Amino acid sequence: MMKLVFALFAGVIFGLGLTISQMTNPDKVLSFLDIAGNWDPSLALVMVGALAVAVAGFRWTRQHEKPVFGSRFHITLKTTLDKPLLAGAGLFGIGWGMTGYCPGPAFASLALGNQEAVIMVTSIYAGFWAAGLLQEKY
Amino acid sequence: MQNFTPVSALLGGALIGLSAFILLRFNGRIAGISSIMNGLFTTSGPNRYWRMTFLLGLMLGATIWQWSVPTSLPLRQNYPLPLIIAGGFLVGFGTRIGSGCTSGHGICGLALLSRRSIAATLTFMASGILTVYLIRHVLQVLS
Repeated sequence: MMKLVFALFAGVIFGLGLTISQMTNPDKVLSFLDIAGNWDPSLALVMVGALAVAVAGFRWTRQHEKPVFGSRFHITLKTTLDKPLLAGAGLFGIGWGMTGYCPGPAFASLALGNQEAVIMVTSIYAGFWAAGLLQEKY
Repeated sequence: MQNFTPVSALLGGALIGLSAFILLRFNGRIAGISSIMNGLFTTSGPNRYWRMTFLLGLMLGATIWQWSVPTSLPLRQNYPLPLIIAGGFLVGFGTRIGSGCTSGHGICGLALLSRRSIAATLTFMASGILTVYLIRHVLQVLS
């Protein structure tokens, strides 16, 4: 039960962060990626702000053996740079540049009444499904 | 640089970092949205419920801000749908194959100094920048 409360709480804060920083405005995201045009560096600062808090918070968190609720930290220990990682990240970047949405802002935008967000999220799930099929096969 | 909004960017970013911290410290989970979204339909029981709750919260947070400052979120109109459909597919496909997105790799992974996340973040930033360059400055499809 407490896990659900904190998941909800974390979700609300994440949603506030995305909208306050305007990550949910795809035009702003695209002008961040448009370094040759009228560049808007704001979103680099979103990352700076997020990392400043996360680095400190994670460091303190990892001094504990387990989370407050739950038996362990679900963190992948993989360190190898393999082809799926780099190819997947490359394809994701292309989709991000085509749309201005990454998954978080796309999902949060479902609540903002923008029709294109519905199509975006549906297409993301189609991509998940296709990747799942591929991963099952290989 | 007329549209530079450093204060709201830093503040919003700090909230995203705070959310990632809360989810890890209390629930032991990484705030990677692509993985949480995918898990919504591939997991069951408690593993599914917390993802559902988090994503509900994500929409709730966005709604709260839209209510508080109604003029703050201009909605994009008339963006070409084929770009959204193909781009959305690539976002979903790429984040699954590449094990994460902007939040999982770009924030949580970087904060953990994961080699894989550093490589993934550099890669999707580079391909995102290149894609926008091609669309706007080479093909000149959109302004």
